[in-house]
Amino acid sequence: MILADVAYYEEWWIQVIKAIVIFAVALQLVPVILIAERKLLGRFQGRYGPNRVGPYGALQPLADILKLLTKEHSRPTTSIGFLFAVAPMISILTAVAAFAIIPFGNVQNIFGTPVGLYGIDVSIGPLYLFAFGAVAFYGIMLGGWSSGSKYSFLGAMRGAAQLISYEVSQGLALVGVIFTAGTLSLTGIVQAQAGMWYIVPQFFGFIIFLVASFAETNRAPFDLTEADAELVGGYNTEYGGGRFASYFFAEYLNVLVVSGIVTTVFLGGWMMPFGIHPPGWVDPFVVLFKMAIISFFFIWVRATLPRLRYDQLMSFGWKILLPLATLNTLVTAILVTVTH
Amino acid sequence: MPWDPGKDVVEVVRGPRPGAAGGAYRAFGETLRGLKTTFARMIEGPHTIQYPEQKVPVYPRFRGRHKLHRFDDSDPTHPNLEKCVGCSLCAAACPADCIRVVAAENTPENRISAGERYAAVYEINLSRCIFCGYCEIACPFDAITMGHDYELSDYDRSDLIFTKEMLLAEPVERTPLRNEGE
Repeated sequence: MILADVAYYEEWWIQVIKAIVIFAVALQLVPVILIAERKLLGRFQGRYGPNRVGPYGALQPLADILKLLTKEHSRPTTSIGFLFAVAPMISILTAVAAFAIIPFGNVQNIFGTPVGLYGIDVSIGPLYLFAFGAVAFYGIMLGGWSSGSKYSFLGAMRGAAQLISYEVSQGLALVGVIFTAGTLSLTGIVQAQAGMWYIVPQFFGFIIFLVASFAETNRAPFDLTEADAELVGGYNTEYGGGRFASYFFAEYLNVLVVSGIVTTVFLGGWMMPFGIHPPGWVDPFVVLFKMAIISFFFIWVRATLPRLRYDQLMSFGWKILLPLATLNTLVTAILVTVTH
Repeated sequence: MPWDPGKDVVEVVRGPRPGAAGGAYRAFGETLRGLKTTFARMIEGPHTIQYPEQKVPVYPRFRGRHKLHRFDDSDPTHPNLEKCVGCSLCAAACPADCIRVVAAENTPENRISAGERYAAVYEINLSRCIFCGYCEIACPFDAITMGHDYELSDYDRSDLIFTKEMLLAEPVERTPLRNEGE
């Protein structure tokens, strides 16, 4: 039984190197987005943000991580030890796994060996993504529940309802793109955008996907799972030290993953606009640049919008976003059928 | 003829209901407006004053740490004498009771102040001082004035009792003075 086709297989040793490189790149990008978020939030609020540690505060995330990792691992007596320890690992694992399918470039010759600049190019790209998104929900759910604290539990419950509600719209928003591209492979979707990026024909899909992604990554204005004003810290209230760092890491990595998916699916991946075809080694930088723009938007929205109420969140997700996503899919389906 | 309310009456234009489709449409527009506002704040740049490096300049009449004064060296009648004559009017005027003055007689061999007596002990307990400036007003010889220094924290309460020597010494001006029109 074949579950999924893989477009291009490398030698096993290239796969191993690629896995290490992807994990390393993910690890390097998280501190960058951490400091970027704090600096930009500062700018949006008319202040500087952290600027004491290192030149322009650039070493602040290092100091933060060092502080968190040297802290004591404590857990409440009411918690369930095994799950309490496993939950952050699930979060971090799914985030890194989802990062693996983001294509940073096409197959390229590196020292005479053809290597695809992505973890793996599966023929079920978005499905893989949503599968890991669904597993990531266990990280939050188990973490909140096994803490044995009412605030964690409330946060986890909200998280569960929110992730399920918005995953539907997120998936439906991508369906339009898949119709138009006619493939589920992410590199295939990028190559299908050679003429025009999907942000233009699938503009509503783009907006819906972006909004649903804010909810999926638990970012403002949908950060009800960790609403610090009412739930102390939400699902990670009882976490401290390295385990909290894992949750933190996973949260920001999720932002990067979503930025990467938006880049790949709507912003033409490694393609440059106006028909510019740079040499292959530029492709990853093009992708990173586009990811930075989307991540900037995430931070911008966080600085702008207040947190939604729980009933607003639910009614927005089910009554507005889902019908719009369905309509978008329907119209796309009709147009694709008519034009072919 | 219908009554004309004029321009005093404000017409209330009600927006669409928040939960309905019109409300969602408007919320989208308002979101964009909010994004514009925050972006404008970013373009505007930070308004922070980086305190230990940058300081807010104070006005000339700012009441900071006290100073005791001497006559100028150039004055031949009172060469470098203290202005304070130990009258204790400042201590009497002080609402916080933080000034302690012990006066002593000037002698021809040991002439310290311009008057008959001088302040043998002059202490201000800055941990009690409320910086009201009454001592400055009470002083008949302008011997005590309020300076511009406001960075007065210390590690020990006893270090905040400023003696005469400390008040007479030329203070390190750590505070910029606000210029005309600033």
